Amino acid sequence: MRVGKLFLPILFACLVCVSAVSLALGKYPVPLRDVLFFFLHKTFDVGHLDPDQAGLLNNLLIHIRLPRIIAALLIGASLSVSGASFQAMFINPLVSPSLLGVLAGASFGAAMAMVFFKSWLAVQMSTFIFGLFAVLIAVGIAKMYKGNTVLLLVLGGVISGSLFTSLLSIIKYVADPFNQLPAITLWLMGGLSRVDMGTLTFVATPQVGSIILTALFSGYLNALSMGDEEAKALGIPVEWVRMLLIFLATLMSALTVVMAGMIGWVGLIIPHIARMLVGPDNKILIPASALVGALYLLVMDDLSRLLLNVEIPIGITTSLVGIPFFAIILRRARRGWA
Amino acid sequence: MTPLIKVEEVYFRYSRKPVLTGINLAIQRGEIVTLLGPNGCGKSTLIKLMVGVLSPLAGRILYDGTEISRVGSKNLAREIAYVPQIHKSAFPYSVMDIALMGRIPHKTFFFRYSKEDLEIAYDALRRLSILHLADRPYTEISGGERQLTIIARALTQGAGTFVMDEPATGLDYGNQLRLLEQIDKLSHEGYTFIKSTHSPEHALWIADRAIMIKDGNIMADGPCEDVVNDANLFQLYNARVNVIRVDGSLQFCVPQAISGGI
Repeated sequence: MRVGKLFLPILFACLVCVSAVSLALGKYPVPLRDVLFFFLHKTFDVGHLDPDQAGLLNNLLIHIRLPRIIAALLIGASLSVSGASFQAMFINPLVSPSLLGVLAGASFGAAMAMVFFKSWLAVQMSTFIFGLFAVLIAVGIAKMYKGNTVLLLVLGGVISGSLFTSLLSIIKYVADPFNQLPAITLWLMGGLSRVDMGTLTFVATPQVGSIILTALFSGYLNALSMGDEEAKALGIPVEWVRMLLIFLATLMSALTVVMAGMIGWVGLIIPHIARMLVGPDNKILIPASALVGALYLLVMDDLSRLLLNVEIPIGITTSLVGIPFFAIILRRARRGWA
Repeated sequence: MTPLIKVEEVYFRYSRKPVLTGINLAIQRGEIVTLLGPNGCGKSTLIKLMVGVLSPLAGRILYDGTEISRVGSKNLAREIAYVPQIHKSAFPYSVMDIALMGRIPHKTFFFRYSKEDLEIAYDALRRLSILHLADRPYTEISGGERQLTIIARALTQGAGTFVMDEPATGLDYGNQLRLLEQIDKLSHEGYTFIKSTHSPEHALWIADRAIMIKDGNIMADGPCEDVVNDANLFQLYNARVNVIRVDGSLQFCVPQAISGGI
């Protein structure tokens, strides 16, 4: 038993390799050997590098490709971990991070700020605030009534999600159709091209922190997925553990929209793929989801960059590749859908 | 002697209609108590109140002399284990994963299961003779095996009192008997059992004491031989039954229509 644990180091090794390859790939391919040399030189000051070439590589690798790769890793891990956490907590394997309306709220926030404010920072702030606000509304609706909390939260999420989807439509309707509307539409398809080091320094800490905290609390997720009553009878303060986990998941997924717009499917399918690899025990599943998600989004971003001459919005790549992949994997997975 | 669990004037309702209307009872350490009553009489509610999943709207419930809301849910979980009606899990957790959940009340915040926890969980599976199922997914085993898995979790919890909601419901005949056998075996090891059932015979076979609940109140409470009789069963279920004694000790319930009034 516990063979699942063995996958974690393997996945981590894959992640390191794919990251290195991703650094090398691009419109201007850099041989993998040069990438390695450059980083050895930069971190340990070993070997010799031509200053001109060093400057070029520094620009290309450190300023252009590295932020993008880090963003892809963070987004993939965040969406997958929040998806896995939601699936366990809502006792439903078909749930995704958008369940409580965070993505709808964040999209509305982004679109609204694009229309009414000019600054990119305002767009990012608004995205984040409305993502959190949408979930707050969902939770508020659930708290208004007595009854099955899990069910009420799902209903609250449906209401809040629909509300912000309608509001988004209003924004699209009033947006200037020549400049603003295409910008909004493109943003909703997702893309990592606008990621910069500035944004990364601001989002990386809360995202990594939330992922780690969720992983640390993952032992409770198993019990929560047996239902509230059993979890309570096991001495777990169900209400506040759930609210904390919802807050962490919301924080993570709202920040993915801040970085790269809407990226669908990852939060739904990656937990399944991870579950097929390591089993359903959340103590292993949560870190495995983080690793598989990061790997998946990195590969998808590479495809988005390289497949065509123009960059394909990553939201399109993740779903186009994800859907058939998911269908194939489900055929082979007999367990897990009881 | 302080009773292990004392229910005092407990009142509860979910919506408008009261479910329990002033229940009083005391359970002593080591007893096997069977709750009997028709559907919707409040058995499950009483059970959930005793394990602290629900809180009484009036009255109080004491564990070993202390009100359970003051015992703290974690401390209570180390003393009382809740065995719900058999259910399916949405995720294919292994039997071992589920048994290990019983260690949660012994853990703090960010926990990992230690080697000792694994040993305790394996030991529980061994005691219930389901060690061979340890790695099997909970979703793929039979109802009886699932019920035993949940009992294994209760053992892993280290609790001395098991509160079981209709543990035999949904099990086939053989599994029901094996379950009763396990309960009987554990009760001889000193565990206290409070269980509800729809089979009065189960009370006659392995319980010391039967409590009959009707319309949110206690209709009868006492040793099984005294309480489970023709008159009480008629009053409780509105069904005419003869309780028949075989060999002077073993008792059966036979419907009057069939027995023809032996």
